[in-house]
Amino acid sequence: MDVFDPELLRSTLRLSTPLILAALGGVLSERSGVINIALEGMMLAGAFFGMLGSYLTGNALIGLLVGMTAGMILGFLHAVLTQNLKVNHIVSGVALNILSFGGTTYLLRMIFQHAGGSPPITGLSTWHIGKVLGDQNILSLSVPILVVLIGLLLFRSPLGLRLRAAGENPSAVAAAGISFRVLRYLAVTCSGILSGLAGVYLSLGQLNMFTEGMSGGRGFIALAAVIFGKWTPWGAAGAALFFGFFDALQMRLQGQAILGHAIPSEFMLILPYALTIIVLAGLVGRAIPPEALGSDE
Amino acid sequence: MLPLTMRRENCTPIVEMLQITKRFPGVVANDSVSFCARRGELHALVGENGAGKSTLMNILYGLHRPDSGEIRIAGEPVEITNPGVAISLGIGMVHQHFMLVRAFTGVENIILGDEPSRLGLTNYRRARNEIQEICQQFQLVVDLDSPVGNLSVSAQQKVEILKALYRGVRILILDEPTSVLAPQEVESLFAMLRKLTSQGTCVILISHKLPEVMAYSDRITVLRLGRSIATIETSKASVEEITNLMVGSSSEMPAQPSQPVVTRQRHVLLSVRELCVRGKNRGVGPLSFDLHEGEILGIAGVDGNGQRELVEALVGLRKASGSCLLASCELLCLDTRHRLDTGIAYIPEDRFDAMIPNRPILDNAILGLQRAKPFSKHGILDCKSAHNHAHVIINELGIRSTGPSMIAGHLSGGNQQKLVLGRALSVNPKLLIACQPTRGLDTHGVQDIHRRILAARERGTGVLLVSYDLDELLALCDRILVMFKGKIAGIVSRGEATRETIGALMLGAKV
Amino acid sequence: MSLVYTLLSLVVAFALAAVIIAVSGENPWQSFQAMFMGAFGDLAAFGETIVKATPLAISGLAVALGLRTGLFNIGVEGQLLVGAIAAAWCGYAISTPAFLHIPLCLTAGFVAGGFWGLLPGLLKAKRGVHEVITTIMMNYVALHLTHYMVLNPMKDAHTMAPQTPAIHTTAQLPQIAGIGNIHAGVLVGVLLAVVFAVFISRTVVGYEMRIVGLSSNAARSAGINVSKMLLLAMLLSGGFAGIGGAVEVMGVHHKFYDQFSPGYGFDSIAVALLGGATAMGTGLSAILFGALRNGAVTMQLVTDTPKEIVTIIQAIVIVFAGAKFLRGRQSQKWDS
Repeated sequence: MDVFDPELLRSTLRLSTPLILAALGGVLSERSGVINIALEGMMLAGAFFGMLGSYLTGNALIGLLVGMTAGMILGFLHAVLTQNLKVNHIVSGVALNILSFGGTTYLLRMIFQHAGGSPPITGLSTWHIGKVLGDQNILSLSVPILVVLIGLLLFRSPLGLRLRAAGENPSAVAAAGISFRVLRYLAVTCSGILSGLAGVYLSLGQLNMFTEGMSGGRGFIALAAVIFGKWTPWGAAGAALFFGFFDALQMRLQGQAILGHAIPSEFMLILPYALTIIVLAGLVGRAIPPEALGSDE
Repeated sequence: MLPLTMRRENCTPIVEMLQITKRFPGVVANDSVSFCARRGELHALVGENGAGKSTLMNILYGLHRPDSGEIRIAGEPVEITNPGVAISLGIGMVHQHFMLVRAFTGVENIILGDEPSRLGLTNYRRARNEIQEICQQFQLVVDLDSPVGNLSVSAQQKVEILKALYRGVRILILDEPTSVLAPQEVESLFAMLRKLTSQGTCVILISHKLPEVMAYSDRITVLRLGRSIATIETSKASVEEITNLMVGSSSEMPAQPSQPVVTRQRHVLLSVRELCVRGKNRGVGPLSFDLHEGEILGIAGVDGNGQRELVEALVGLRKASGSCLLASCELLCLDTRHRLDTGIAYIPEDRFDAMIPNRPILDNAILGLQRAKPFSKHGILDCKSAHNHAHVIINELGIRSTGPSMIAGHLSGGNQQKLVLGRALSVNPKLLIACQPTRGLDTHGVQDIHRRILAARERGTGVLLVSYDLDELLALCDRILVMFKGKIAGIVSRGEATRETIGALMLGAKV
Repeated sequence: MSLVYTLLSLVVAFALAAVIIAVSGENPWQSFQAMFMGAFGDLAAFGETIVKATPLAISGLAVALGLRTGLFNIGVEGQLLVGAIAAAWCGYAISTPAFLHIPLCLTAGFVAGGFWGLLPGLLKAKRGVHEVITTIMMNYVALHLTHYMVLNPMKDAHTMAPQTPAIHTTAQLPQIAGIGNIHAGVLVGVLLAVVFAVFISRTVVGYEMRIVGLSSNAARSAGINVSKMLLLAMLLSGGFAGIGGAVEVMGVHHKFYDQFSPGYGFDSIAVALLGGATAMGTGLSAILFGALRNGAVTMQLVTDTPKEIVTIIQAIVIVFAGAKFLRGRQSQKWDS
């Protein structure tokens, strides 16, 4: 089959990168005990403000920083809402997603007088890594480094031990004289940074423009990857690769005749979402989340 | 004769809490309490449930800030704003409900917050070595590498104590440490505490178990209703004296069953055969036993030996195999609702699994009964009969409330427990399964509940009483079934049951 | 939920929106004025507000039912879409007299929406999979599925536009009251609100659902079949949402066309939370949000303030409403 070639690999890496970045953020947040369903909104904000930064300065790296900051702010907001104002984690996530969607569309209309999309902008520069891996930008190159770093942080460092404890038994952390709220603030803000970067990858690394709602549910697929990956950085990255692979496969197969019948493109588009549901359906019962995840403390 | 300086050192308190007052909404937990403890002594802090002992010690450990008062450690005034400060002052606390991360190993739990590190990464090897040294010093044997959630309760307690020792405590507070231990384990705990005090550590023991306090402590401070009443040398005190100080008046005789059940003549109510349940760490069963009408059968055992699984299997909250016949009706093929309908009333261990605190007494009065005849017809609720029922329960049980529309969460703990018990008894159950029905109640509350359970027994109800309080079981039960590692270690009838025999069975010894 | 707190959350939301509008260079006062006129300025505007409020109210009830049982049904948008397309099919593919056709189409909407809630419901009830992710996934599946259906098997052969054939007049909800475009869907909404209120407070099943929502442990210990209640709640919630979609098709558009929903499903989450998940509250906040959505169109025409400001208001309202409401529902554990 001429479908399985290096282009498919490159495509998989391309489509998985935003998923992995956001999923890493999800791992950090949930390990500290905070449910984060706003990865989607943070990604979208990162995409928009990344585009805006690049548009205003012509420099994609500035755009990256701006987009990352936007994600960071939303992450911080989620932390404030859940830790200080004691808002239910899911409600806060829903609100942030809605805020991000409405806010980016609002700004898009305000600034560009066009709700569909922004004008084209300077994207992130790429380096040629070799015949198989092709062109990769700074974000996709940072992914394996981030996976290793976050893994070391969570499982081999004192900070990681405390962060995981905050997600398992916040009382134990408090009794040890450490503020679990500060730990959660850190984790959730970082999840915003990472999701923001995921969004930056979408607008500055793939399309070189911003379109309304361009995150397209990827934030939720990233969350599913966190669960599928049992809340570990390497597990989540692996799961994200898995989802990315099927996304790439779907794009390849669109319009191609399979078994003599052409599968409608919409059915292919459904694939990542259906796959997520199947994975979740088969999985829970074996995946144990952090004990204090989503708790009211 | 000791040199003067040394004598003074031994007498200088290392902990002084002066005129501590702490208020919570609606209650004054500590009312100008003064307390001091010396180096190298085992000082017991006794009082009823609700006397303010835990609050006072939580203040010492920095979990609460006092509204007024002063604390001095080794003569220096200090402000203990959070546990971090307490730890740095050499104060350690082992709470009643352990502050452990179940998924972490013993080592990880012990070093949490004080991790030795190298180049930013945790140095587990150095941690382990240091902990092993401490274990050798105090002859503590405990598995440090398994997830703490898999350990027995007494092993978990050792990890908790190690947490304090690892940080070099000079003041160790233990909150009701023996409520989860078998009698023999209690002895080894106190042996270890003796070793600590002989090295100069001050040990403060919160307890309501007077026999232990009399046997092991050097001095006793009594709290009652938020005030400190007296501090006495243990050697000069008597149990009656302490009890009077604790309760404030001569307490009634604890309730006693009127006469022992003659099991041969009573009908078998519940017949359990080869019951096997899947537990958290191990399988439970096969269990076989009978419960008779008008009998109180106690389930004794250290927490975590299968009692919970047994009860959940009986009620239908856990899958089980085997046979459970209630008056010739096989329970295991019914779901929870239908089992309860056959005449079972169930009081779960956690009060909040039996009631909804945010809802009025009215809603709680029919919880579990909503499908039964007077309370609903053809799927529609009958509010009037629900109202009446709530009134009946309130009056019968003497629940202090403003009426059925009072929010259940605003009742005191004892009254909440009465509500749950009242609802359970209101259906005149054939079988009452009660788990820790008197947890957290003061003496009067405990006696009230005991009286009502005995009254149910008189009426012919069979009672399965699960409790971790041996005294309660010894006082009420006609027979006591002891569980150990998921199996029945033995069934002891009233005449033969003593703390020693039950205690031995609880630890798996053959009697 | 107390009236004062509700009003407070609205005041704060509008205040923040005013700040955003001002920073964007527009005049907040003028924008709000235009919004108000667009929503209530004349009878036609008022009529349009009610028309917009109708699907919000019904979907809001759907979310509310889930919330009372402790579920976050974020999948209302998808359930609404499949309900709409099912009703549309029923409307154009079948011919019967009106007194049969209308209930038939509404039922089709109910069944389709319920079916869409079935899978997340089963996964939650049997496997404990959190309904938030599964319902969000189902939204996307519904989006693409209906897009496909309306471009292929259900497409109206007479036009290029992605829409179904028009439904028969017997399936159309007639206009009533003579005010603007208000149609009989309002009556359906009112009926459903009454059914909801009675069901939740007066029936045994409603009681059991409420207990599950307050404390699933207490429910289980009391013999309530928690799985069954969760499943039932998702089915009914989806069904209500399906009717919401059906009502839009039958009363306003008289066909299903691609992307006919401007996000009713997501609005309804705010509606239910602001309304404290009660029938009356949901109805009133549906009217509020209907007014906002309706008025925002005018506002954007008149003042250049983008209509998405309503979405921002919504997010703030959700935060406030969600905080108080859900906190009241969680059992507090404290040591006696």
